[in-house]
Amino acid sequence: MAEPKLVVVESLPGCRARAARTVLGQVVLPGEELLLPEQEETDGPGVAGERPLRLNAAVCSRLRVVCGPGLRRCGDRLLVTKCGRLRHKESGSGSSGGIYWVDSQQKRYVPVKGDHVIGIVTAKSGDIFKVDVGGSEPASLSYLAFEGATKRNRPNVQVGDLIYGQFVVANKDMEPEMVCIDSCGRANGMGVIGQDGLLFKVTLGLIRKLLAPDCEIIQEVGKLYPLEIVFGMNGRIWVKAKTIQQTLILANILEACEHMTTDQRKQIFARLAEC
Amino acid sequence: MEGTMHIAAEVCSETGVESSPRGPGCSLRHFACEQNLLSRPDGSAAFLQGDTSVLAGVYGPAEVKVSKEIFNKATLEVILRPKIGLPGVAEKSRERLIRNTCEAVVLGALHPRTSITVVLQVVSDAGSLLACCLNAACMALVDAGIPMRALFCGITCALDSDGTLVLDPTAKQEKEARAVLTFALDSVDRKLLMSNTKGIYSDAELQQCLAAAQTASQHVFRFYRESLQRRYSKS
Repeated sequence: MAEPKLVVVESLPGCRARAARTVLGQVVLPGEELLLPEQEETDGPGVAGERPLRLNAAVCSRLRVVCGPGLRRCGDRLLVTKCGRLRHKESGSGSSGGIYWVDSQQKRYVPVKGDHVIGIVTAKSGDIFKVDVGGSEPASLSYLAFEGATKRNRPNVQVGDLIYGQFVVANKDMEPEMVCIDSCGRANGMGVIGQDGLLFKVTLGLIRKLLAPDCEIIQEVGKLYPLEIVFGMNGRIWVKAKTIQQTLILANILEACEHMTTDQRKQIFARLAEC
Repeated sequence: MEGTMHIAAEVCSETGVESSPRGPGCSLRHFACEQNLLSRPDGSAAFLQGDTSVLAGVYGPAEVKVSKEIFNKATLEVILRPKIGLPGVAEKSRERLIRNTCEAVVLGALHPRTSITVVLQVVSDAGSLLACCLNAACMALVDAGIPMRALFCGITCALDSDGTLVLDPTAKQEKEARAVLTFALDSVDRKLLMSNTKGIYSDAELQQCLAAAQTASQHVFRFYRESLQRRYSKS
């Protein structure tokens, strides 16, 4: 039996907090801490390189930074809670430090206020519809939240219909509520989605990629066949083309373009454009 | 790299044998991990350690029954299915250990009144099963995008009759050992989250095993980082 040895635990290098600026574009893991950039000294009376003395040396003014998805505030640092690439966007006015967020790949949607989503009506109880949006709870939609709806003029919505609307209330403590009108009372494209067409589910990252301002995929798809398409931020896409076959082809292309490179995609489109 | 069109994303990342600088007795077996291989769960991962292999699927944050909901945090459930037979008492006890570890790490307060379910299926058992289950659960939670305050990993140590320490023991080494200790460590400070021990050992040996496990966990976390970087570099 070995006698008790003196155990020396080597001091393990913990994850030192890194400056957020240096990690932009890299993959960050949950548990990492990021340091915020300090405020630049805009006007110093002295020569460049000198910093004016401050009376209260402890206070170090930092820029106001917005913490986006995947980051939480922890003291005066940012704690990463999801795995993904760290991104940054400068704000329009130069005063605040912009917004940092983590671009992660996810399948499950969590309701966020202001998001436009496609929901399926699952129940009609009294004055509200229960709409399944893919989150943890069905959202509620009042029958008065449609354009031109009054107590006498009810909208024609049945169980099983597809609805395109936006969230007005969506936080972790309350049941999400959605509406099909904007703040001026106009539909603006929202409401019941028409007959036929195909609804399918993709990952949330693909939706964000397709809705980016300069997405080539949508332009190329539009040149192929005339189509109607609705994107919901909850990962649902509704597509309708002239024939069923075209609709299925479009659905397959959109599902597959997550994993294809640009060249493969161009090849597929070229082949489809011929036939 | 991808010659044909894949509808289901399968990212396979492997690494070679990792061995700590101490000696032949303290090396971990070859491990490998694959993420996003199941189409139905929100997150999934398969973790292989030598010949032990566990498949994990995570659903959440999803609907929860009113009887099980907690008003201020998410209800975490772990289901462990053995390779053959019905789940018994040993599985229930392992489920509880894994659930306690996950609850310490997952930020449940961000999703109150929801449920997060981790389903683990043992594909093959060749020693260090609990550690492999912990690793698979961690990778699956990361794949599902559940907010976590740190990553965690599981390391098993076996002490045989003359006090030699073996990390990541095989089934044969576990059976012949005088004590088998499993630790769950977190990625921020290598703190101990969970420990499960069986057998006879002294205080000093416990500290020695814990120190060895903390050193070995560096390799596991480095493997996590490489495998996740590879996954995100493909997009």
